[in-house]
Amino acid sequence: MIIAQQKPIKDIAAMVSDCRKVALIGCAGCVTVCLSGGEKETEILASAMRMMRRLEGKPLETVTFTATRQCDPEYVDALEGLVKDVDAVISLACGVGVQYLAERFDKWVVPALNTNFIGGSRVHGVWEEKCGLCGDCILHKTGGICPIIRCSKSILNGPCGGSQYGKCEISKDVDCAWQLIYDRMKKLGRLDKLMEIQPAKDWSTSRDGGPRRAVREDVMIG
Amino acid sequence: MSKPSNLRKVLEAGHFAVTAEVGPPRFADFAPLRQKAELLRRYVDAVNITDNQSAVARLSSQACCGELARMGIDAVFQVTCRDRNRIAIQSDILGAVAQGVRNILCLSGDHQRFGSDPQAKSVFDLDSVQLVRLAADMTRGLFPGGRKMEVSLEAYVGAVVNPFADPVDLQVIKLKKKARAGARFVQTQCVFDLERFSRFMERVREAGLDREVGILAGVSLLRSAGAARFMQERVPGVTVPEEVVRRLELAPDPEEEGVKICVETIDRMRNVKGVAGVHIMAIALEERVPEIVRRAGLFPRPDPAGQALGPVSCREGNRVDQG
Repeated sequence: MIIAQQKPIKDIAAMVSDCRKVALIGCAGCVTVCLSGGEKETEILASAMRMMRRLEGKPLETVTFTATRQCDPEYVDALEGLVKDVDAVISLACGVGVQYLAERFDKWVVPALNTNFIGGSRVHGVWEEKCGLCGDCILHKTGGICPIIRCSKSILNGPCGGSQYGKCEISKDVDCAWQLIYDRMKKLGRLDKLMEIQPAKDWSTSRDGGPRRAVREDVMIG
Repeated sequence: MSKPSNLRKVLEAGHFAVTAEVGPPRFADFAPLRQKAELLRRYVDAVNITDNQSAVARLSSQACCGELARMGIDAVFQVTCRDRNRIAIQSDILGAVAQGVRNILCLSGDHQRFGSDPQAKSVFDLDSVQLVRLAADMTRGLFPGGRKMEVSLEAYVGAVVNPFADPVDLQVIKLKKKARAGARFVQTQCVFDLERFSRFMERVREAGLDREVGILAGVSLLRSAGAARFMQERVPGVTVPEEVVRRLELAPDPEEEGVKICVETIDRMRNVKGVAGVHIMAIALEERVPEIVRRAGLFPRPDPAGQALGPVSCREGNRVDQG
């Protein structure tokens, strides 16, 4: 899922300091699961902002709603009535949701979250980055551990000289991806798979090829 | 300008090679580089220029190597993957070689987190193995992807290895990949833990890699116990055993003790089978290198990095230097 975290409330408040009425739109997708932009977080943020503005002597009116998904036009369309008379829309979705709202409504749309990465949860309250979105998966070559995103230098041919005691040179809190790959390949009896030189990667399937688009004609309607 | 690599000549002739490193200044003037290179020219076979080492922005390695070439000194152009994509790397290699540089040393590069610009976006388009292949292909007249160059370039391609990094099995495998990709010489990370280095060299010999690449053991000059601790704690991938720190701590003249450790390490390296030379890293103490080379019995050089200016010869017993 997409992992996002809320911006400091004063930053969010500053984006709408000249507004009297705002809509706060949560998202029931990834950001609900990672506890940053679901229904609960949307209501808490709305009430915190109202309190803040009341203390400043500039009361703020809020309306709130949590969309099924902000990354899907059909759920965004449904928000039309809600955002009609507001001065701004605060999206608690990832960067995708913010852009879908901005594209659909002629309104001042601002982000309440920082979109961090694609990952999963380790334990409750801890999320980890796992995928670099390179567009050409190589996990079958590296024992199911991605060196592109989990190695700080995206090295495809083995550890750099900064790997010591299983940790990355950037921090003792970061595992060396190549140590993990090594341990796993050894356990699986497949160290020989690491002997092959991995050629320079074709990054054109990644963001480096320009903004990407995926098309599936077989499921298109009309 | 079209002299071949001196380092290659020395290694291929089977001499025990000596190279040293110079860090470029943080300002736009070649003067300090020229001064340090002048000190080194008769004592080493080639002079290495670091590429924004420790991720601190400095006068460019390519420009400095060009200046060394103009001084008639064999330069080793260090290239990292951190700051350039494959387009910039090809361009810089062409630039260096066009200026007379004949050695290219390929590295990953220290992560920018602890450097002068931790906010920077890193590149890492290629990794060091892929960089070795790119450089080696260019010496065969090929651009990446196999497109032909109008004129192939002449360069001796090298790489690095860290015997003290983990997991050791993968460090050996990666060295093998670098040799297969076209590296002909290899510099190691600074050696202080001689036992561990010897064990690593055993693995290298078992894999037959000492016959495929000229291995230059990294030797570093420590000026004090504080410097040793800093290296142990802050320089990625360096291991300084406690006994080395203690020696420096107890010595009345720590810098002199550092020189002694350096000379002893070189002596030991000369007896490790498969070690083809040493690479001396005397960070900010380059002026001590001539003395180290001399005390290690490695002077005169069979083929110095740059012939001395004027009527100075390098025959045995020559004592005209100021080392």
